[in-house]
Formats: sequence, C-alpha cells, structure tokens
Amino acid sequence: MTETPPAPAADRGRLSSLTRLWPFARPYRGLVALTFVGALLATLTQLVIPLVTEAVVDGPIADGDRAGLVPLLALALGFGIAEAALFFLRRWAMNISSLQIERDLRDTLYQRLQRLPIAFHEGWSSGQLLSRATSDVSTIRRFVGFGGVFLVVNLVTCVVVGALLLLTCWPLGVAVLVTTVPLTFFGVRWEGRYNAQSRQVQDQYGDLATDVEEAVQGIRVVKSLGRSGLVFSRYDRKAVRLRRLELEKVRTLALIWCLFEFHPQITLAVLLVGGALAVSSGALTVGGLVGFIALFTVLLWPILSLGFLLAQAQETASACDRIGELLDAPLTVTDRPGVRPQPVGTPARLRFEHVRFGFPGAGGPVLTDVDLDVDLDVAPGETVALVGATGSGKTTMTALVARLLDVTGGRVTLDGHDIRDLPLVQLRTVVATAFEEATLFSMSVRENVTLGRPDAGDDQVAEALRVAQADFVHDLPWGLDTRIGEQGLSLSGGQRQRLALARAVLGRPSVLVLDDPLSALDVHTEALVEQALRDVLAQTTALVVAHRASTVLLADRVALLEGGRITAVGRHTDLLAEVPAYRALLSSDSELAGTAERDR
Amino acid sequence: MTSSGTAAPVTTASGAPDPVVGPVDVHADWRGVAGEDAEEVSASGSSFLRGRSRRLLGELLRPHRRALWALLCVILVQNAAWLAGPLLVGIGIDHAVPALLAEPADPWPLVWTTAAMVAAAALDTGLRYVFLVGSGRVGQAVLLALRRRVFRHVQQLPLAFHERYTSGKTISRLTSDVEALAELVDEGLDGLLTALSSVLAIGVVLLVLDLPLGLVALLGFPLLLVLGRWFQRRSTVAYRRTRQTIAALIVQFTETFGGIRAVQAFRREPRNDELHAALNEENRRAQHEAFWLIAVVVPAVTMIGNLVTVAVLGYGALRVMDGDLAVGVLVSFLLYLRRFFDPLQDIAMFYNSYQSAGAALEKLSGVLEERSGVPDPVDPQPLPHPVSGEVVFDDVRFGYGGAPVLPRLDLVVPAGQTVALVGATGAGKSTLARLTARFYDPVEGQVRLDGVPLDRIADADLRRAVVMVTQEGFLFSGSIADNIAFGRPTATRAEVEEAARAIGADAFVQALPEGYDTDVAQRGGRLSAGQRQLVGFARAFLADPAVLVLDEATSSLDVPSEVLVQRALQTLLADRTAIIIAHRLSTVEIADRVLVMEAGRVVEDGSPAELVAGTGRFADLHRAWADSLV
Ligand SMILES: Nc1ncnc2c1ncn2[C@@H]1O[C@H](COP(=O)(O)OP(=O)(O)OP(=O)(O)O)[C@@H](O)[C@H]1O
Ligand SMILES: Nc1ncnc2c1ncn2[C@@H]1O[C@H](COP(=O)(O)OP(=O)(O)OP(=O)(O)O)[C@@H](O)[C@H]1O
Ligand SMILES: [Mg+2]
Repeated sequence: MTETPPAPAADRGRLSSLTRLWPFARPYRGLVALTFVGALLATLTQLVIPLVTEAVVDGPIADGDRAGLVPLLALALGFGIAEAALFFLRRWAMNISSLQIERDLRDTLYQRLQRLPIAFHEGWSSGQLLSRATSDVSTIRRFVGFGGVFLVVNLVTCVVVGALLLLTCWPLGVAVLVTTVPLTFFGVRWEGRYNAQSRQVQDQYGDLATDVEEAVQGIRVVKSLGRSGLVFSRYDRKAVRLRRLELEKVRTLALIWCLFEFHPQITLAVLLVGGALAVSSGALTVGGLVGFIALFTVLLWPILSLGFLLAQAQETASACDRIGELLDAPLTVTDRPGVRPQPVGTPARLRFEHVRFGFPGAGGPVLTDVDLDVDLDVAPGETVALVGATGSGKTTMTALVARLLDVTGGRVTLDGHDIRDLPLVQLRTVVATAFEEATLFSMSVRENVTLGRPDAGDDQVAEALRVAQADFVHDLPWGLDTRIGEQGLSLSGGQRQRLALARAVLGRPSVLVLDDPLSALDVHTEALVEQALRDVLAQTTALVVAHRASTVLLADRVALLEGGRITAVGRHTDLLAEVPAYRALLSSDSELAGTAERDR
Repeated sequence: MTSSGTAAPVTTASGAPDPVVGPVDVHADWRGVAGEDAEEVSASGSSFLRGRSRRLLGELLRPHRRALWALLCVILVQNAAWLAGPLLVGIGIDHAVPALLAEPADPWPLVWTTAAMVAAAALDTGLRYVFLVGSGRVGQAVLLALRRRVFRHVQQLPLAFHERYTSGKTISRLTSDVEALAELVDEGLDGLLTALSSVLAIGVVLLVLDLPLGLVALLGFPLLLVLGRWFQRRSTVAYRRTRQTIAALIVQFTETFGGIRAVQAFRREPRNDELHAALNEENRRAQHEAFWLIAVVVPAVTMIGNLVTVAVLGYGALRVMDGDLAVGVLVSFLLYLRRFFDPLQDIAMFYNSYQSAGAALEKLSGVLEERSGVPDPVDPQPLPHPVSGEVVFDDVRFGYGGAPVLPRLDLVVPAGQTVALVGATGAGKSTLARLTARFYDPVEGQVRLDGVPLDRIADADLRRAVVMVTQEGFLFSGSIADNIAFGRPTATRAEVEEAARAIGADAFVQALPEGYDTDVAQRGGRLSAGQRQLVGFARAFLADPAVLVLDEATSSLDVPSEVLVQRALQTLLADRTAIIIAHRLSTVEIADRVLVMEAGRVVEDGSPAELVAGTGRFADLHRAWADSLV
C-alpha cells in the first residue's frame, strides 16, 4: 500500500484548527459555560410573554376579571426583567472571557516571537507578524465572543427541533432531512472555498502591512530620491489586489448566505405540498400540519444564521492557522535540556573550533572552517581584531558568540565549555555586543544604556558613558532621563553609536564583541574613545571588527577572515609586512590610494 | 494639530528644559521624559473631532450615493419577499389545503401558492445576493479610496511629522484603524438597512392598527433616546481610548521586532514581556469599557421593549374588557411589538460598530488634516535646464525645536564643486545635508539651488536635482536590481548593472545565488552592512543628480571598496556639485574644498592642501589621522 497524498488544504474541513483555541479558552471555561446557560435561559424566558398573553386572553379578558390581570402582568414583568438580566449576563460573561482570551493569545504570541531565533525574524516580514498579532487575534476574539456561542446554540436548536420534527411526523421529517443533503453538499464546498479565500485575504493584509512599514520606515530614502510615486504604486497594486480578494470572498459569502436563506424557504414549500398531500390522503390532520409547519418556522433563523456563522468559523480557523504557524515555529536557539550555569571567568577564553556556518538557502556557507583562539595565555584579557573584506562574514562570526545564530558545524567555546552547554541567560550575560547599527529604543537614556544590566549603579553608568565618550547626554534637556529613540529625542549618528557602545561596555562583561564600533565617529572623538576603551579591553576578552587601521590598533592581535576561514593571525605590523591580502585591506597606502589617484 | 515643519517638540510646554523632572524611581519611569506627547486630541474638543470625521466619511461615501440608494431599494424589496414566505404558508393552509380536500378536489390553489413561495424565495435570494455583493463593492471601494488617500498623504508629509508621530503610530493608522472601518463595512450596512426598514414599517403598522395603543408603544421612545445619548457620549470616549491603546501595542510590537537582535543579545525579553503585558492589559480594559457599554445598552433595549409590552398588555386588556378593542387586534399588536424591538437591537449593534469606526476615522482624519510644514510650492519656479548645481545657504538659522543647531550659516557652493564637511559628532553636518535636500525648511534665511529658493521648486524637480545618500542605506524588500533601480525606475537592466559595476558592487552581486535577482529580504537583511551601503550608492549613482549629498555613505566599507567607490565618484562628480560628509579623511581628500564645522558654524574653509598646511583644526585632525594609519 502506498501512502495517500495529503488532501489539498482547501478540501479538508479545517475547522479542526479551532481546537488550537482550547488551551486559551480553558481558564475561562466557567465564564464560557455561563454564556451558554445565559443564552439558553434567555431563549426560554422569551417564550413566557406569549404564554402570558394567551393566559390574559383566556382568563381575565374572557371573565372580565380586572383584579386577575395584576398577577399575570406582574409575572410578565418579572420575566421581562429576567430576560434582560440574562441578556446582560451573557454579554458580560462573553466580554470578559473573549477579551481575556484575546489578551492571553496576544501575550503568548509576543512572548514566543521574542524568543524565536534571529534567523526566523530575517525570513518573516514584520508586517506579517504584525497583522497576525492584531487583525487575526481580533478575528478570533470576535468569534469567541459572538459567533462561536451562537454557532453552537443554533446547531443545537437545529438538531433538537429536527428530532422533534421526526417524532411529530416522520415522513415529513424525513423529507426535511433529505433537503439538507444538497445544503450540506454545497455548504461544505463553499465553506472550504471561503476558508481558502479568507486565508488569502489575511495574507494580503500582512503584505500590505509590510509595505506600509517599509514605506514609513524608509521615508528618508523615499523622500531623498523623490520616489513616493513609485512606493505608492507598489502599495496601490497590493491594495487593489486586496480589494479583488475581498470581493471574491464577499461573493462566496453571498453564495453561502443565499444558500442558507434559500433552503428553509424551499423546504417550507416542499412541506406545504407534502403536507397537503398527506392531509388529503388522510395520513395527517390539518392541525398536525399546522403544528409541523409552526415547528419548522422556528428553524428559519437558526438555519439562515448557520451560513454566516460557519463562514465566520472558517475565517477564524484560518486565523488560527496563521497564528499557529508562528507558535509552532521551532525555537532552534534554546537551552539544551539540563544545562546548568558553568564557571566562566572574567576575562574568559573564547575559541572558535572548526566553525562552519551557512544561511539556509543562500548558496555556499559563509564560514567554512573558522579556527580562532582568543587566548588568555597570550595576554590576560586579550583583544583580537577581526579584519576582512565587505561581506566576508565578520558580522556573522560575531553573531555566533552570543548565539544570535547557531553554528552549523564545529563549536564555539568559552573557558572550554561549548557555548551551547551554557544557559542562554548566562551566555548573554557574560557576552555583550555592540552591533554595527546602533539600535536605540524609545526609552530614557539610562534604560537604553542599562538594557542588559538593569541593576547597574549610577557610577557604573557614568563610567560606561565616560568610556564611550557619551558625556553629551548630560547636556540633553533631562539628562539621563531624557527619552530618546523614535518616540523621543533624535540623536546624531555618532551620538547613537556611542550610546550603543556604552551599553556594551557597561558592567565590564567577560566577553565583549564590538562590530565596527567607531565607524560613525570623527577622528578626534575616535581617538578619545580608543584611549578610554583600552582600559576596558585590558580586562576583558574582546573581539573587535575593524575596517580602519586606527581601530585595529586597539587589539593585541589581528585575525584576517578570508574565504570563510581565518587565514592569518598576528600583530598588525607583522601582518602588514607579511600578508599581501592584509596589506591590500588595511595598509595606509591603500587608504591613501584615493588621494594618490587624484594627485596623479 | 499642524506641524510647523521645522520645529519638532523637544522641550516642555514652558519651553525651557526642566532639570527637576527627574523621576525618583528609574524603573517606574523607564520611558524617560520627552516633550509634550504628540497625542492629537486637541483642546477644541470632541465635537470638533466628530465633525471632522463625519466630513471624511461623507467625502468617502459621496461618490457612491446612487449605489447606496439602489441598495436601499433592493433591501426593501428583498425584505418584503422574505416576509412573504410565512404569509404564503398561512394562505396555503387556510385555502389550498381545504381546496384539495373539497369535492371535487382543486389542486390549483396549492400549485399557485407553492409557485408563489418558490418565486418569493428565488426573489429574496437573488436580491440578497445582489445586495451583499453590491454593498461589498461599495465598502471595498471606500476602503481602497481611504487607504490610497492616507498612504499618499503620509508619504507627502515632511520628515518632522514622521519624527514626531513615529513610525509605529503611522503604521497603526494605516493598518488597524483602516481595519476598524472595514469591520463596519463588513457587518454594518446590511443589518442597519434591514433593521431601519422594518422598524419604520412596523412603527407605521402599530399606529394604524390602534392609535392609543400605538401611542403607548411609542412611550418607550424617549427612554431609548436618553439611552442612545448616554451611549453615544460614553462610547465615543471609550472607543477613542481603544484606538490609542491598540496603537501603543503596535508601537511596542514594531520596536521590539525592529530591534530584535539587541533585544535578544541584552536579554530584554522578560522585561518586554512585562511591558507588553501591561499595554495589552490596558488595551483589554479600554475595550472592555467600550464593550461593557454595549452589553448594557442591548439588554436595556430589551428591557424597555418588555416594559412597553407589559404596559400595552395591561392597557389593552382593560380596553378589551371595556369593549373598546377587539381581542384579535390586541394579539397581533403584541406580536408586532416584538418585531419592533428586536431590530432595534440590531440598530444598537450597528451604532456600536459605527462608534468604533468613528474613533478610527477621527484618528485618520487627524492625519489627513495634518498640513505639510514643508509644502510643495503652489506656483513653482522652474529650474534652469540643465541644472548647474550651485547651492547657497543665505543667512540660514535652524533648530529642531530646542537649541539652535545651525545658529547662522552663510555658505556658497559653486556649481560643480565637491565639498567635504568634517567636524565633531553632533556639530550639525547631517543637519546641513538635510537642509540641502529640503527635508526641513530653515527657520530663517534661505537655501537656494541655482538661485531658486528650495521652497519654490516643485518637489519632483528638486528630487531629480538633489539626491542624498545616508549611512543606513535603507533597502526595500525585493531584488537587488529593484533596489538599485529605485534611483531611476526607468533604467534598463543593463544600466542597473552598469551602475553597480561602476561603484564596484558587481562582484558581490554576481556571487549571490541569483545575482541581481536575489531577494534582499526585508530591509536588506540578506546583505552585509557594507553591501547594503554599496547598493544604496549604486542607487544614487543611477539617479545621477546635479547635486549629490553623501552623509557617511561609505562608513561601513572596507578600504579597497571605498577606493573603488571614490574612483567612481571622481568620474561622476567631475561636473557635479557634491557635499560629502565623512570621518575618514581619505574620503575628504577627493574634495575641492573642506569645511570644518563646530557647533553649527563653519570654522575653517579651504582646499584640503591649504588646510593641511595650516595650523587649524583640520591640520590637527589630519595629523591625527595620518598617525593612526601607522
Ligand atoms: N540572512 C542572511 N541570509 C543569507 N545570506 C546572508 C544573510 N546575512 C548575511 N548574508 C551573507 O553573508 C555574507 C557575510 O555577511 P556579514 O554581514 O557577516 O559580512 P561582514 O563581513 O560583516 O561585512 P561588512 O563589512 O559589510 O559588515 C555576506 O555575503 C552576506 O551577503
Ligand atoms: N531629528 C532631530 N530632532 C532633534 N534633534 C536632532 C535631530 N537630528 C539631530 N539632532 C540634534 O542636532 C544636533 C546635530 O545633529 P547632526 O545629526 O546634524 O550632527 P552630525 O554633525 O551629523 O553628527 P554625526 O557626525 O554624529 O552624524 C545633535 O545634537 C543632535 O542631537
Ligand atoms: Mg558587518
């Protein structure tokens, strides 16, 4: 027997995705149950007022008994109030549970996303993530808070009334059952189509959000090249496609709606004919027919509403799928089971042992066989500068140290421990990184600098700021409490870079990784930073990516990264003398080449 | 509400920085102090906001007036057809079945009724389809128009707006707020029209059936109106809050995942969890407040309906006993009454969606009414053709709202000159560059290109003439070729590759798996920092402007790549004006002239050779740099 291929997604009744919601609904199952009870009881109380009317007509009115009116009216009033109260109860319970489920779901999603590896985030557009955390989560809340309850209530009504119909008069009941066959057939088809279309629409929302995000965050480039027309037409194409997809969805929904609206009416006609024939053949009394039809009319609204409630359920199912894709994404960079903190000294010995790394789906590996020993024996707290051409893999190599990326072969060790045998929290505490692009968040200067060490004291902060020559913060309107970042004060490029540097050196980490940390500084400030940084570097192990000779001089040794391996390690002057590739990259001659060219 | 273009809010309302504001507990105020929050609810109050958003809604709906009327007619007829079904069954039972039982049996009444039922069902269904598709079309057209409008408007607003408003909030306007409106479009129209038509029809029937009873029934109305007023007032406030809380969530979200490397490397996750949970909870509360209101209103409508029913029952029963009223009238009156109050609930639900969408519309209309502080001129002055590229700063003063960054600047860059700007960080170099590209307008004085003030040049002309390349080199998702062609969308593939070759980016691009068609992933995540800068540079090279402004555009390149870029520049810049900001003095040396800036002033000005030979700051810098090369 060969295995049957899996059915295409659209054909499977994917309402099963809704089961994903259960863990989130579980804590609120009491409230959810209350919702159902409220809905059911309210339906029952609705029957009382007509009954009272009947009693009034048959009792006090027939007898002319004015006093007898009072208790009946009081009864009607009481049930009227009870109905409203039950209504309120249902809505109240629904609000509380659905909003809490929404909140929990969004929190869970956010927490999970934060812990997914960088590789995941590079592969996903942020607009897709955003649309899942907002629109899809809201879709689910709407269903939980409204559609879900009525879907169940109406289904139950249909089944109960259906059974009653069968009991009342089985031939007519069977006729009703038969009419549900085409209903189910087309219903399943169209609901499946609706599910697929909802998915497309939701994906398109994500794409649109991505475009919005890029257009807004890249506004400087757009403006400086005057390309708002181009960016608009890109966005417009997607918005127009969204409209087309939405309209397709609307058409399917309209079909479904019509199907479920047409069905009970036609069934009614069938019942009239069948019933009339039954009556004329004597199988049924007129009263029986009236009763049967009256019972069936109870079903008109529940059947009709099933159409769009099921559609809503489909939409929710595909929202669940979309969110599930994120929740199911593997946490590839995590603690191995049973890891325990290991002793790591300050400074620590950092080694790359036959490290290989390749980005998934990107040609050959970036690092083929990196061997590098940042060794304490050479000098306590050694600093190694990493030099290599643009795109040679320096940033990639630095990202391996804090396990922002995981090696695909070989290992990185700290004081002899494979870094994957350290708990992530410990690893990222002993390793501090300054990235080539200074990322500041919308918070106070202090919070930005103490990002990795919230417990740092004022003197430590002051020390870090001094090392990074970031004293300008004291001149900001509120000093260290000034909010910076997007929602606060904008800083110049050099100011941002120095704050990112201060953040990394704060608290003297065991291992310091600096990716081209001085690129945005002027020569003078650079010299000052270097001077101050020497002190820090003397006491920690450091890996410093450098493009400029001046930065290289911070290091005790230099490693040349070339073709995915370290091809030379040594002192700057030695390498200049001995390694042509190094000379080409870093000698003053080449840096002066531009000048020479011009002077010719 | 308007942004002044040049003045971003940096100071307190009192204007002066207030050192006393420092919070006692750092963690209680982790966000830190900023100037006035750029929240847009203005003093002019809520009726102003409502008026503004209603105006926007009106503008959006106006083109669809006819379609909306047609849809109203469709839904009325459709409702009649829907109501006909049960009625026809009654007729069938009362007339067709007896006719069938009679001697001789007459099947025709049954045939006719059944046929009528099928016809009514078909009419009802057909019209329902027309209505659903029609209203979907109108709704989607409105949304598309709104999206286009807001997107285009936001694109055209100046940088000062974006800096003040922040990308997260703009994103939430363009996504979540538009979607709130989509919800109204999806759910609202159908229910509203159906409900309104049945309420009106049944109201008339009630009055016709029996005037005194009808009047008693209408007693409920004042109560409903009071309820409506209350709901309107409270829900406007409540929904307005939900728009803010959801925007705050989106801001947190985009910031976190924009800086995910730093978040993870510095173990910020647990703290972010807390912050997000707090914002999320606040959002839940705001929504709860709004939903609670509707949870009160709908049962209240039911309650009023039930009270009225009891009143009608009591009063009607007394009148029947007095012989003023037939029992049958009372019974059908009560039946109709129920049908009168049920749709009122639908109307309440619609009103609820409307309020929610209204709050979103307020925010959107706020963005739309934001006027550009750096507007396109109404009667632009043409630039000479070809643009020669003389840039003049005439007594320019500029600040971002706080202390002046450029206190007073006079500068003439003759056409074709390459000027290098050097100076300490924060001296105002980038600021000068941004003024040249008219990202901001000066507070005082003028910047002129070929004698034409920048604010008199049409935006399209200006952008063709002046291009600025920054350090970040933002890339858009798409292929490398697309990104380079961003500099000149009409460029052919050969021209794109030529530009890349000219600046030395060709080698690395060729090495990528799909060459120029390689997708750079979002924000160029697949490329290294230097590679991104190269692509950004190729883009500017292709744009080929008369004035090129480079703001540390080569800071992440290795030396050989930089040399290649410089060679390309020397060819390109032969007859172009260029303003180059760089920290590596090797870059500076290709300049004809060097300006040393300090605290917003030009303190030295001369050819590189002159300055090096002199004793000024540049000579110092140059010596320090030459020493650093070892
Ligand atoms: N997410 C990714 N997916 C695929 N390839 C990538 C990804 N990130 C980087 N690369 C490729 O890996 C190589 C190394 O990139 P890396 O950022 O480490 O270079 P680098 O040495 O730091 O360069 P630079 O000096 O420009 O910063 C580059 O060729 C780049 O194109
Ligand atoms: N958008 C902004 N809003 C408010 N203040 C700003 C803004 N951009 C820069 N500043 C401030 O203006 C001053 C000058 O900044 P600018 O970016 O022009 O400096 P720069 O000379 O280019 O420095 P760097 O060499 O570090 O890039 C700085 O103090 C900076 O904090
Ligand atoms: Mg790099």
